[in-house]
Amino acid sequence: MGAFFGLIRRDLRLSLRQGGEMGLVLGFFVLAVLLFPFGVGPEPELLGRIAAGIIWVAALLAAVISLERLFATDYADGSLDLIALSPLPLEAAVGAKAIAHWLTTGLPLTVLSPLLAVFLNLDPSAIPVLTLGLLLGSPVLSLFGTIAAALTIGARRPGVLVSLLVLPLYLPPLIFGAGAVEASLTAESGHADLLLLGALTLAALPLAPLAAAAALRQALE
Amino acid sequence: MNALSTWLDMGGYAAFVWSAYGIAALVLGGIAVNSWHRYRSSSETLARLQKQTGVRE
Amino acid sequence: MMTRLANPARFMRVSGTMLPWLGGLTVVVLALGLVWALLLAPPDYQQGESVRIMFIHVPAAIMAEGVYYFIALASFVALIWRHPLADVAAQAAAPIGAAFTFVCLTTGSLWGRPMWGTWWVWDARLTSVLVLFFLYLGYVALVNAFDDASRGARAGSILALVGVVDLPIIKFSVNWWNTLHQPASILRAGGPMIDVSMLIPLLVMALGFGLLFGTLLLLRMRTALNERKTRALRLYAVEQPRAQGAAAGLPAARAASR
Repeated sequence: MGAFFGLIRRDLRLSLRQGGEMGLVLGFFVLAVLLFPFGVGPEPELLGRIAAGIIWVAALLAAVISLERLFATDYADGSLDLIALSPLPLEAAVGAKAIAHWLTTGLPLTVLSPLLAVFLNLDPSAIPVLTLGLLLGSPVLSLFGTIAAALTIGARRPGVLVSLLVLPLYLPPLIFGAGAVEASLTAESGHADLLLLGALTLAALPLAPLAAAAALRQALE
Repeated sequence: MNALSTWLDMGGYAAFVWSAYGIAALVLGGIAVNSWHRYRSSSETLARLQKQTGVRE
Repeated sequence: MMTRLANPARFMRVSGTMLPWLGGLTVVVLALGLVWALLLAPPDYQQGESVRIMFIHVPAAIMAEGVYYFIALASFVALIWRHPLADVAAQAAAPIGAAFTFVCLTTGSLWGRPMWGTWWVWDARLTSVLVLFFLYLGYVALVNAFDDASRGARAGSILALVGVVDLPIIKFSVNWWNTLHQPASILRAGGPMIDVSMLIPLLVMALGFGLLFGTLLLLRMRTALNERKTRALRLYAVEQPRAQGAAAGLPAARAASR
């Protein structure tokens, strides 16, 4: 147990110390969202309609950016071997990595989303749905992300490869997350979508570390 | 000849129908040709190398 | 049967005898299917002759998905039972599946255009096939991204299994997304019940595509095994003169070349 939290703390310390990583992700997120009005025009009704989609897509892409380095630095300096040899099961180590990743990407993105929703003129009644959706769904982004990152350790051009691998995996949370807002705006409720998001996260919690750990073992063989 | 041109015309959809069948023929035929060509070339290379080294296994 | 075909030499023998027959059968069935599709089947009363595109599009869709499941199955066998030919089969199948997927997408677009006025329609099936195309691209890219071929094969196996678990989720979410934004699925010929006169050419073409897959799979697997043997022989050929020239003398050289 101690090793588990220790790993999370270590990863958090590393990313906060470097700072650049987290700044890159959040900066990209904000920038991407704020560019849209310049692209599609400032008409409030249009922006409000596409706000949820924009924010979710930007969150997805921001998460993808940070995935390449999830295991790469540890692999390069040998800490990944140490982590694999430690008594902590590799699946738990992957889980710890995913949590740390979420704390530095998904969570801050979720916290920023209401502000960006205001900029995009999203109907205020839908903002809680958007935020809750991101809260429920962003862990999935980190969890699925560990699979893609683990598979591409040691590959040529891992950045492009990670994006290609992870985008089909990211489609369901995107559809449910943005769909929840759309549904709540059209007088139905976003409950069904949010429930599906929650179910996805619950399913991903045990399964993603399983797959990622298997991929890590392959990489370390 | 009239029946033939009627058939070729595909009820006015000639461009779409024949493009579709054409693309299918091109792509599937292409991968078939590619597979066959690579197979022939790999067999020849292997046979040549087997003769050179005298290994037949 | 799988364990009996695990031996590469036996696989080469069996596939070598099967291949001409399989190939011949493929040509016959495809010819039959094409005649039926282009000539014998009646035009649809709503879509006219353009419905003939369906006889390519739907079988291609079936193959696009079917081949992916084949790759997932082969990957499972490769990972769990370490069957020596399983990952060869998976990698050989991938380009064929991608080709079917591409054909499905383009014929879908050509089918939709006269009916719906746009070159691309985000209907549930076409969208799922588009995602499937990216799954294929990802698989091929991953397998080829490593200098060590066996590392690529193992990573690809895991990816294929992750993909096959995710595929139903993707299809469900795409369907969900589609019904949220659009009332009904678009590309359907003759309504919910397909007339028998259209079903037969569809099935024949599907069979033909399946046989084509089998033929090309065996061809590509044989090619891969040939290339493997070639690589091994080249290594051996490099080392043999070294062994013969060793100061250890003739007995050692003879032992080394055995």
